[in-house]
Amino acid sequence: MDLDYDTLVAFSKSWGLFYLMGFFLCVVVYAFWPSNRKHFTRAKTSILDQDDKPWR
Amino acid sequence: MIAKLTSSERQTAVVIVLLVAIAGIAMAAAGRNAPLGVHGLVVILFAGALLYSLLSAFYAPEPTEEREESYYDDPIKVGIVLAMAWALFGMFMGVWIAAQLAWPNLVFDAAWSTFGRLRPTHTTGVIFGFGGNALIATSFHVVQRTSRARLAGQISPWFVLFGFNLFCVLAVSGYLIGITQSKEYAEPEWYADLWLVVVWVTYFLLYIRTLARRKEPHIYVANWYFMAFILVVAILHIVNNLALPISWGSAKSYTIWPGVQDAMVQWWYGHNAVAFFLTAGFLGMLYYYLPVRAGRPIFSYRLSILSFWGITFFYMWAGSHHLHYTALPQWVQTLGMTFSVMLLVPSWASAGNALLTLNGAWHKVRDDATLRFMMAAAVFYGISTFEGSFLAIRPVNALSHYTDWTVGHVHAGALGWVALISFGSIYTLVPSLWKRERMYSPALIEWHFWLAIAGTLVYVFAMWNSGILQGLMWRTYTEEGSLAYSFLDTLVAMYPYYIARTLGGFLFFAGTAIGCYNIWMTIRLVPATVVSEADLPATRAAPAGE
Repeated sequence: MDLDYDTLVAFSKSWGLFYLMGFFLCVVVYAFWPSNRKHFTRAKTSILDQDDKPWR
Repeated sequence: MIAKLTSSERQTAVVIVLLVAIAGIAMAAAGRNAPLGVHGLVVILFAGALLYSLLSAFYAPEPTEEREESYYDDPIKVGIVLAMAWALFGMFMGVWIAAQLAWPNLVFDAAWSTFGRLRPTHTTGVIFGFGGNALIATSFHVVQRTSRARLAGQISPWFVLFGFNLFCVLAVSGYLIGITQSKEYAEPEWYADLWLVVVWVTYFLLYIRTLARRKEPHIYVANWYFMAFILVVAILHIVNNLALPISWGSAKSYTIWPGVQDAMVQWWYGHNAVAFFLTAGFLGMLYYYLPVRAGRPIFSYRLSILSFWGITFFYMWAGSHHLHYTALPQWVQTLGMTFSVMLLVPSWASAGNALLTLNGAWHKVRDDATLRFMMAAAVFYGISTFEGSFLAIRPVNALSHYTDWTVGHVHAGALGWVALISFGSIYTLVPSLWKRERMYSPALIEWHFWLAIAGTLVYVFAMWNSGILQGLMWRTYTEEGSLAYSFLDTLVAMYPYYIARTLGGFLFFAGTAIGCYNIWMTIRLVPATVVSEADLPATRAAPAGE
């Protein structure tokens, strides 16, 4: 197949859109997945515990 | 600094510095009297200075304490001092070239001090010198604290820091003697670019290895932004700087990209430098230092994830809005415009997330100028991303492009967002890093804050007026269909705004100078915090004067 300008443009105009939408859905699912909530809550509050030594 | 390295690490460091010096000698030999030879000398001097400090402490006692018991803060301290020094230099150059536009005699009739050579010393000085060092320092701090692990290397943090600063020194000194590859924000020539690749890959490996050591199960979102910054800047830098030198003994190179592809690659790089150098990393600062300073967790962690991926994926496509009405295919221009408008969503999500975090802590914003720096940064981030989306729309761009409006927009982002969030983060960091009770003078932080705000507003309003006036004058036709104003007429009309911009820049510079003084006095004079027993290492090994 001839990989010319028009082929590339057609590819990016179709699949480019699909993969962006697909990626968006994955991110939304990850962000709102119920069992991830406890990780997120821990992550955002644990930065406020300021101890000045690495954990062993 | 060097006392914290074991003797075998000191040897490795000496070998690395010697290799750099040999590269400098090779450059000097190949370049002879040409600019490349001058840069060879610069590399030799830089390596020599490092070698001197290494050798003078070479036989100092080895560290006796368990280093894994503490965070590695020395490179962060040096990084912050370097960032503030570059800020002074870069902002001074900015004030100087702003004054040159109003009073051209300030060129003083020399080649090195012409506007074209000094302008990149300003942009490189503030973006890479100030911003880059602030990013490296804060990223080292944030990754250690959020991972609860020490940096995964003893020499590599120093290599990254000094290697990056060598790149900046080569860049700035090169502009003065006329070395440039004429790509905006990527002016340094091929050998400096190759060096930066080595430094940057080391930075990436150091960061990811430190994350791999983490004791926290989840990687905090600020690290995502820092990782995006490091990874994408590497990709951008390599692709944009693919070039062939005309010979090994010449500083001059030519890009491998032809014509319109070169323009597209340049602005794909240029806009993503704004996105990933000037935004992603600084959002990393925002997502760590603002919650810590306010003492409140980020308003919505989910929102921060959504806006992270939004910013990462949308920004990649926005670069072509710099090339409206050019030979670039129309659909590529439209793509850039559309993604730029869409970018408003994740950008405002981040700005809103930051401001909503402060809900319930507004009394702290009122009393604490450090927190107010970060609050104002979030507001300016919201304003300048709105302006950016607006300017990317093709008909708006027809009026704004090539005018001072663009310059005003850049400075709303660079002064109002990037510099303010950096100062807020640095004022949070300095007392905790140097183990001081507080900053030397809260009143001077207030002075810095208000000078920075006044300077930014004067600058941005001057450039809005000047830019729109300039754009309208360029497109005004007479009844006969010829242009109503000559280029010289527009310059005369812009004269008062150029003076106002110089004043605004000077106010901002004055604030930075006050900040430097305050930080210096904090390190020198403020008493140390009383360290609790549990915080002390078993044996005291670090000598005084660290």
